[in-house]
Amino acid sequence: MTALLEVAHVSKKFGNDTKALSDVNFSVREGEFVSIIGPSGAGKSTLLRCINRMIDASSGEINFDNVNILSLNKRELKKTRTKIGMIFQHYNLVNRLTVIENTLHGRLGFKTTFAGMLGIYTEEEKQQAIKILNVLGLNEQIFKRSDQLSGGQKQRVGIARALIQNPRMLLCDEPIASLDPSSSKVIMDHLKNISVKMGITVLVNLHQVDVALKYSDTIIGINGGQVVYNGSPKNITPDDIHRIYGSEAGKLIFDMGEIHAG
Amino acid sequence: MEADEKIEKISSQTLISNSPSKRIRIRPLTKASLVLRGTLVVLVLLTAYTFYTIDVKDVNFVQGMIGTAKNVKVMFLEPHLSHFSFSHALYQVMITLGLAFLTTVFGAIIAVFLSLFAAQNLSSKRVSVVIKGFAAFIRAVPTVLWVLIFAVAAGLGSVAAVIGMTFHSISYLIKAYSESFEELDKGVIEALQASGASWWQIVFQAVIPSSISYMISWTFMRFEINFAVAVAMGAAAGAGGIGFDMFMASSFYYDIREIGAVTYFILVIAILLEVLATQIKKRLKVNI
Amino acid sequence: MIWVKSMQADIFKKKKLNTAVFILLVCFVTFIAATITEFSIAKGIASVPKAIQWSFSNFYPTKESLTKLPDILDKMKETLLISIAATTVAALLAMIFAIFGSTATRVNAFFGGICRGIATVFRNIDTAAWAMILLFSFGQSPLTGYFALFFGSFGFLTRAFVETIDEVSSSSVEALKATGASYFTIIFQSVIPSCIPQIISWVLFMVETNIRSATLVGLLAGSGIGFAFDLYYKSLNYHTASLVVIVIVVSILFIELISNYVRRVIL
Ligand SMILES: Nc1ncnc2c1ncn2[C@@H]1O[C@H](COP(=O)(O)OP(=O)(O)O)[C@@H](O)[C@H]1O
Ligand SMILES: [Mg+2]
Repeated sequence: MTALLEVAHVSKKFGNDTKALSDVNFSVREGEFVSIIGPSGAGKSTLLRCINRMIDASSGEINFDNVNILSLNKRELKKTRTKIGMIFQHYNLVNRLTVIENTLHGRLGFKTTFAGMLGIYTEEEKQQAIKILNVLGLNEQIFKRSDQLSGGQKQRVGIARALIQNPRMLLCDEPIASLDPSSSKVIMDHLKNISVKMGITVLVNLHQVDVALKYSDTIIGINGGQVVYNGSPKNITPDDIHRIYGSEAGKLIFDMGEIHAG
Repeated sequence: MEADEKIEKISSQTLISNSPSKRIRIRPLTKASLVLRGTLVVLVLLTAYTFYTIDVKDVNFVQGMIGTAKNVKVMFLEPHLSHFSFSHALYQVMITLGLAFLTTVFGAIIAVFLSLFAAQNLSSKRVSVVIKGFAAFIRAVPTVLWVLIFAVAAGLGSVAAVIGMTFHSISYLIKAYSESFEELDKGVIEALQASGASWWQIVFQAVIPSSISYMISWTFMRFEINFAVAVAMGAAAGAGGIGFDMFMASSFYYDIREIGAVTYFILVIAILLEVLATQIKKRLKVNI
Repeated sequence: MIWVKSMQADIFKKKKLNTAVFILLVCFVTFIAATITEFSIAKGIASVPKAIQWSFSNFYPTKESLTKLPDILDKMKETLLISIAATTVAALLAMIFAIFGSTATRVNAFFGGICRGIATVFRNIDTAAWAMILLFSFGQSPLTGYFALFFGSFGFLTRAFVETIDEVSSSSVEALKATGASYFTIIFQSVIPSCIPQIISWVLFMVETNIRSATLVGLLAGSGIGFAFDLYYKSLNYHTASLVVIVIVVSILFIELISNYVRRVIL
């Protein structure tokens, strides 16, 4: 197995004072399921966004599929972004459009500006969208407006939009933070499935330690913009959790985590 | 791995097969989208029709545009005052602000009382409909016509201007106030009613305190609008103030540079008021 | 306990004091404003019944004035069309400025600031002021009215559209950026679809406003329904002038009815 994604010495400063990331290093294998955990403001979102350059890192190197992301020009960047799907906490759908239109938005990166502007999709793309929506259990909702869906359904549309890109990797920024426990489980099961059966690499920012421990191959713990843990969920110790979350909160979380995972 | 294969692999159930010959419509036509498109089409057609039929009375469009561009340049780059002094202009600006202020205060006082009866949760449905209908009628008559109608009875001048302009302020503020009253939680009113509070007590202890920041924001926004209206009334209805000077510069002295100077006065005040309104909204944490 | 009581009393006192100061201040400014504008409240109050009385005895259409109705309707049609055309074209330009001016979709901060700055200047010069400026080059022609309404609407709509775009579409813009879509694709597939109902709603609002302003502009620029009113008003033909007012009121209420319907369906 080779590394699909390699992050080396990445730092990010906002303005002069805020250091959101400092010297972050890790690598991710093809098909791996990685959870990034850490307290609010630790830099999880910043890290994910640096990978597909929604935010430009201040320094360091990011290699994805043997390409240095930070050296790409605008056009090459757009092309690389089509290989990386992204999923958001608040779904980020165009509420007024139908579910299938939102799904097809994942194809826009492959189109010329003109075809994209007018929203011209091929029949194959439409078939593909329907297929994916079926797989995600949204067959009833295909032609509904997306603001008529529940949170869990919206997030599945978000996943469909990412999958239709035919991506190598998914970046998920707190995909279940706005969902109830049962919808959360559905979404996490889908993500796990995608990683195991389709061989797509998945990077997930998570708030819930128990969920991260249950689903991931690898856990990356971040605190204050630094990686403080990188390894298997099996080997994680209370000390590690304390280092990720700070001692007081860490104790609380770890107790809960044990109950759920156990 | 091809995309299709990947999808097949994770699908446990057999998929509904779509025959490839049938085109898939991704945006079904709903009433909303039909009305939306219809509105757009009608607007565009009417615009085209207007340009086709407009009678420009031997005004050359291109020359007019070039002329305007030149005038605007002169206006902004070489403003001067020749028919009156700087201090006179400043005083006239104060008059215009005064007209706007009086109009806003009178409008606000009357609108507070009427909007209590216009809010459906505080009043009966019938009274509410009557007051809102009355407000809609007032709004339908342009301000300048209100001012001119009052001018017949009171003579041209500040009295007709303020009373005429107050009408529009009342109707605007009734709408704004009553809508913010209607947002008040039913439970709050019920709780006070249950404790035996009278209608006026509820109004002054619950309704107005909970909407006061909205009321202040709307009232100040109306003041901002009233300043512009007062300038216009000075020009078109003899209300006095800086608008009248602008009208004189435009229609009697034909002095584009004086218009430029007056425009600067108006711009400074208007932008100041806009910034102030934004600040007030931010300070009161009101989002309207 | 005593301490709590005294503090509560303090809070109430302070609140009352604030209210009193505010009311005194408003009264004081009102007094000053009334003095410099030479406004007399007594005269103002007296003028209302006088105006009502006058309206009932003079300000109604007669049979004779009805013969002018076709003329008036023709002028009204001109005003309606000019208001709509000015709004539509202004909306198009405002949309472009708003896209470049909104934080969600701007190309860069500097250019965005310039776009919003231009709109601010246009917005804060009132339509009536624009009419007087444009009179110099276009004279007494419908074009003066058209451009006066156009400039005013452009400034106002740009601000309204910027706020709409900021509010409605920043999240979906981010999502489409992440799929690798190009700038114009994002605008057409995400920004415009999500904002279009609000935009239409603002345009309809602007059409209503412009019909009212058109009356005023017509007075200054000698065209349309405003000119018709001015003509009859200045020649003391109040019966016909009242007919003009009725035509304006009916037109505005009618347009309001339509746009309320459209709003209800699309929003
Ligand atoms: N656009 C931004 N401008 C300035 N500071 C930012 C910005 N985005 C994030 N930050 C700061 O960077 C740090 C990390 O934020 P973030 O990555 O959002 O954390 P997390 O997702 O782990 O909660 C925080 O201190 C946050 O305030
Ligand atoms: Mg975050």
